[in-house]
Amino acid sequence: MTRSREIGRAGWGWTAFAGIIALIYFFPVMWIIMTAFKTRPDALAVPPKFFFTPTLDNFVGVFFRAVISGGGAAQATEFPLYFFNSIFIAGVSCLLALIIGTIAAYGFSRYPLKGNETYMFIILTTRMMPAIVVVIPIFLMFREIGLSGTYAGIIFLYTAFNLPFTIWMVRSFFDELNTEIEDAARMDGATERQLFFGICLPQVKAGLAATFVFGLILTWNEFLFALLLTGVDTRTVPVAMARTLGGEMGVDYGLLAAIVTLFLIPIFFVTFLLQNQLLRGVTFGTVRK
Amino acid sequence: MASSAVVAHEIRSEGGFLPWLLAPQRRGPLLVAPALIVLFLMNIFPLLWSFGLSFYNYSAKKRDVPDFVGLRFFERVVTDPVVWERFKTTAIIVSSSVLMQLVVGFLLALLFAKQFPLRRILLMLVLTPMMLSLVAVGVFFKLFYEPTFGLVSQAVAMFTGDRYALLGSPTGAIIGVVIADAWMWSPFVMLLVLAGLVSVPKYLYEAAEIDRTSPWRRFQTITFPYIKSLLLLAVLFRTIETFKLFDVVYILTEGGPGTATETIGVYVYRLAFQYFRTSQSAALAYIILFVVIVLTSLYLYAVNRRAQEVD
Repeated sequence: MTRSREIGRAGWGWTAFAGIIALIYFFPVMWIIMTAFKTRPDALAVPPKFFFTPTLDNFVGVFFRAVISGGGAAQATEFPLYFFNSIFIAGVSCLLALIIGTIAAYGFSRYPLKGNETYMFIILTTRMMPAIVVVIPIFLMFREIGLSGTYAGIIFLYTAFNLPFTIWMVRSFFDELNTEIEDAARMDGATERQLFFGICLPQVKAGLAATFVFGLILTWNEFLFALLLTGVDTRTVPVAMARTLGGEMGVDYGLLAAIVTLFLIPIFFVTFLLQNQLLRGVTFGTVRK
Repeated sequence: MASSAVVAHEIRSEGGFLPWLLAPQRRGPLLVAPALIVLFLMNIFPLLWSFGLSFYNYSAKKRDVPDFVGLRFFERVVTDPVVWERFKTTAIIVSSSVLMQLVVGFLLALLFAKQFPLRRILLMLVLTPMMLSLVAVGVFFKLFYEPTFGLVSQAVAMFTGDRYALLGSPTGAIIGVVIADAWMWSPFVMLLVLAGLVSVPKYLYEAAEIDRTSPWRRFQTITFPYIKSLLLLAVLFRTIETFKLFDVVYILTEGGPGTATETIGVYVYRLAFQYFRTSQSAALAYIILFVVIVLTSLYLYAVNRRAQEVD
């Protein structure tokens, strides 16, 4: 493999140029973030306001609802619960997918089955399929067995949703390992378990972490399954976002923007840390370099 | 039956079920079994179920026993002009969006193919759209396109003095959807093209420099061969993903005006959850599944070709 990372160098002039383009590209996001700091009249001002007095009201509004009549204490909203749900559901299902997926990926990589690549193909297809295709039968199935609106149901579903991605990702890491070390260890009488836990797993540790985080990102913004299969107590943030849309006063853009901004922060930092693994992540491990 | 008898015999002769299960020749199947079981329960089984449903006249709203109708729903879906209309809409949106993603992604990649100060941070700015929730993109692009308060309308009004409702006309709505989708996913294409640009050995450019080759010729003979398989990958991957387009369209235009932006994804959703024609939606879902299988095999073919080139 010809690998020359010697890409062209450029100075601050290029930074200025790239900066302008990047800011133009980033502008819609910038506008959302700005809206989060605007009052309701400012958010819908004509002409649009680029300069305004920032307010934190929207962020407060995410967590507390002002009581209009009676002047009692502000009432807490369910948002902390939805944030918790998003993190909990995504976290547990990604962890489960990582464990089951890593074991399977090791199998696919080291002990190929008859028709190994066919299995891999079918697995990838299940991920490429539009969610709308499977959501109908899953919706009916969950209704039959009472999993609708439960944590167990949505977690199990997201585990399956993340598995194809995890298997393809982790297998690509296992495939890259130098098998000579394993062969040498095998000659020295290492058991299969020692090979897996002692030799292979430590070498792909960083890859596993990246896979886990990418799984989180993919699950984080999932909307359709969550919309149809979560209940009042298990609702995730994207569904809650959509629910702020219906209202007598019209869409409260400031409030929605505040939710979007808060929801973007964790994923933004994680992506920043994983920049070098990004390509592999977004292509499900099918493209390495 | 014969094979199960053989297995039973093997189990006995190897001294119990556990040692039989853990024998070396069963290691591969054993490792992949949990994953396959989960996938079977959550993906394959529901698909088979809906395959079954598509042979019956079933509606999720009714509780009566569905009657067997055979291939009627498949027949209805295939001969339904509305379905073909939706496929056409989807094809138009997918092809224009993927084309736009390619152009924008390629230009962005050229921008970031150099090493310059603050590159990592500026790159993050460009990657952010990919991380946004689809709901957020849908709602805020709807706001941008809105005739009274929207930025687009007000920018147009500066020149024409009139408000501008982009989503009001069928063509405008398609353009609106395509821009939102392409804006979100061009960074993805950029990442792929960037990988291709980085893999071009520098000495080739140096040689071209000495030969005083024109930039266009340099691109044709050096750069393009290195990125072409990745471009193919990008096209296929984005086609598969854009084919699913549902959330953004649903929030942005709800398929309108009329049915101008009603993609096949939105149509299946409507069939299943608004008209409660469960069986018909299941039959249609199968046709989508077929398309996705074809596209995925093409994609993997491209992946393998790229892998061979790199090695």
